[in-house]
Amino acid sequence: MSDIIKNGLIQSDDWQVLRLAEGEAAADAALPAGRAIVPLAVWQARRDELLPKAEAGVLGVWLAGSEDPFALEADLPLLQLVAVDFPKFADGRGYSIATLLRTRLGYGGELRAIGDVLRDQFFFMLRCGFSVLQPREGKYTTAQLEAALASLKDFTTPYQGAVDRPEPLFRRQPRTPLQKDAA
Amino acid sequence: MYKYDEYDQRIVDERVAQFADQTRRFLAGELSEDEFRPLRLQNGVYIQRHAPMLRIAVPYGNLNSKQLRMLGHIARRYDHGYAHVTTRHNIQFNWPKLEDVPEILGLLSSVQMHAIQTSGNCIRNVTSDPFAGVAADEIADPRPWCEILRQWSTFHPEFAFLPRKFKIAVNGAKQDRALVQAHDIGLDLVYNEAGELGFRVLVGGGLGRTPIIGAEISAFVPWQQILNYCSAILRVYNLHGRRDNAYKARIKILVKALGVEEFARQVEAEFVHLKDGPSTLTQAEIDRVAGRFDDPVLAPLPQDAGYRAHLAENKAFAAWARRNVRAHRVQGYASVVLSLKPYGVAPGDLTAEQFDAIADLADRHAFGEVRNTHEQNVLLASVREADLFEVWQQARELGLATPNIGLLTDIISCPGGDFCALANAKSIPIANAIQDRFTDLDYLYDLGELELNISGCMNACGHHHVGHIGILGVDKNGQEFYQVTIGGSQGNQAALGKVIGPSFAAAEMPDVITSLINNFIDNRHEDERFIDTVRRIGIDSFKTRVYAERAARLEARETANV
Ligand code: HEM
Ligand code: SF4
Repeated sequence: MSDIIKNGLIQSDDWQVLRLAEGEAAADAALPAGRAIVPLAVWQARRDELLPKAEAGVLGVWLAGSEDPFALEADLPLLQLVAVDFPKFADGRGYSIATLLRTRLGYGGELRAIGDVLRDQFFFMLRCGFSVLQPREGKYTTAQLEAALASLKDFTTPYQGAVDRPEPLFRRQPRTPLQKDAA
Repeated sequence: MYKYDEYDQRIVDERVAQFADQTRRFLAGELSEDEFRPLRLQNGVYIQRHAPMLRIAVPYGNLNSKQLRMLGHIARRYDHGYAHVTTRHNIQFNWPKLEDVPEILGLLSSVQMHAIQTSGNCIRNVTSDPFAGVAADEIADPRPWCEILRQWSTFHPEFAFLPRKFKIAVNGAKQDRALVQAHDIGLDLVYNEAGELGFRVLVGGGLGRTPIIGAEISAFVPWQQILNYCSAILRVYNLHGRRDNAYKARIKILVKALGVEEFARQVEAEFVHLKDGPSTLTQAEIDRVAGRFDDPVLAPLPQDAGYRAHLAENKAFAAWARRNVRAHRVQGYASVVLSLKPYGVAPGDLTAEQFDAIADLADRHAFGEVRNTHEQNVLLASVREADLFEVWQQARELGLATPNIGLLTDIISCPGGDFCALANAKSIPIANAIQDRFTDLDYLYDLGELELNISGCMNACGHHHVGHIGILGVDKNGQEFYQVTIGGSQGNQAALGKVIGPSFAAAEMPDVITSLINNFIDNRHEDERFIDTVRRIGIDSFKTRVYAERAARLEARETANV
């Protein structure tokens, strides 16, 4: 079981992320028992075998930063969980991938951030359309994770539009012109 | 100056709280050094030779007197009594303590300032023309556009962790003074044939270790679409820019690898989906932002007779006016450049007392506002002609009236080896040694406009590639050496300088510059500038002269030592 953040709360969760070992072929990787998030390569190699599981809601697919989300275009309606991997927290490709999944590909299911997911990036991740954040395994104690929830709300009124609030501030709120100060 | 509204203020306040907590967690060991580094960098905190360096954002260079006094206060209270104006309009403190940074950011926030995204792999402070709004050759005022870009790029979630830093510059005048060709995105405000306003868009310019002049990817993007278009550029870059090698991670490398046409095609393919989306700008928003600049409304004044009389009578004042006073769009006004290049001072340094005094000057004579220039000087944008004599007298007392703007001694220099951990060599002593060689003001005038830029390493913080004369610190077997380029230039005819040959020891540098100058004088046509002569005759004769005179010097020294 791992801790995830969903709807602003810490929850425990039994999805397991399958990562291929160095040199391991997608075709013969052993699937974990229970609910599994598999690499795109595994999904593509064994689509027929995995499709029923995906439709049953016990299998999701994860994309690496280098992978094109359009590779999943046809399958998105079947998938209830897509994850995007952050190999390092400072690798920001996942933000664009998530944005494309939500805006261009119209993906409406669970979008999960996995990998080096740290609290100082939570806010940006939510804004780019992630609905579940799975912090790096072992990174936070329960107390630290509780405290980290505050980072979900680092900024109350961001300027620019993003997936969570597509309209920029100037369309969301009336922003007043300058009240000329008395000199 | 743009004045914050409640939203602007809230975002900055929330950032102060966020960074205070991050710093606390770092000091408590909850955040590792690797995890904290990108966070502190995005707040302008570098760890340098002596202490952390704190870089404070000065959006497109604009500062008001209250902010200047606060910078003076911070310099006194948390630093060694001075700060540094950078080539990207920002202000840097060299000696603050990390524990003090949250408190400093709190003070800055109280005067509508911050250090957001002044470093790190994100969209940096947007830079522009210091003469914005007062230049006679202006097509459109770039400042509201800069502010709109500032807001859009501040904590942009999709572009918070780019492959590398990202710099945007906006020019709104016929003569580019914002170096748009040396930026990741350069925006030129233009009117199309139908008389509509938009932007010519350049990408992939930049100096650093792979200097490249930016390439045009769109001749005209309507102003309504500019955020959408920039988003398209950044998305292509964010997804495809290299992340395996920091030296090859700038957008210029991606543009070069794909080719400009292919890059433009990919941007266009993204842009079609973003076009007319929610981030499309509206006239109401432009007007609102423009309206939050409380610019003075200037009515034309008759030409001031007193000013002209002083010019005729006072040679020193006339000399200053000739170099440091610039024409203003409105009759009866002028712009004044305060020189931060007196002899013997680190180019761009200001003391706490000077911050306060400039604030007073600005309040009395310049509507309470100044602009930092990328040449590392400070501009009073609008001064009445009738005030110029008094401004000069006061600036002189402050050591800010060296009449050398645009001349050889108005040197752009990075902090170099005295402060910077990345340096190959010192920069400031070289700048000072060259200034010491050229002390005769009449001689300097006769030489005319000449830009000399110095960087302490190939990161090019001192813009050496675009100096008419560029000096680059290099490491030769652990010794500090200097490579010289000539023929670089900023502006509409931006060009990268060419290396003249093997590098020189520090002590040789004034002589090398003398040789270059003498060759210029011997070949100059009438009032040609140094750069014009180099363009006309090429670098060969300069090269020959420099190395011949160097050989002669070495020989003379050996003879003397026999
Ligand atoms: C002292 C601490 C500083 C450090 C560690 C530092 C570091 C760097 C590095 C590593 C680069 C190259 C980045 C790249 O090419 O991707 C760079 C570029 C640059 N720096 Fe600095 N810098 C410092 C101070 C300054 C100062 C004081 C200025 C202004 C005077 C400045 C202005 C610039 C500019 C304009 C560039 C851009 C060159 C380009 O277009 O690539 N930096 N800096
Ligand atoms: S050019 Fe090099 S030496 Fe100079 S400030 Fe930049 S990194 Fe430091």
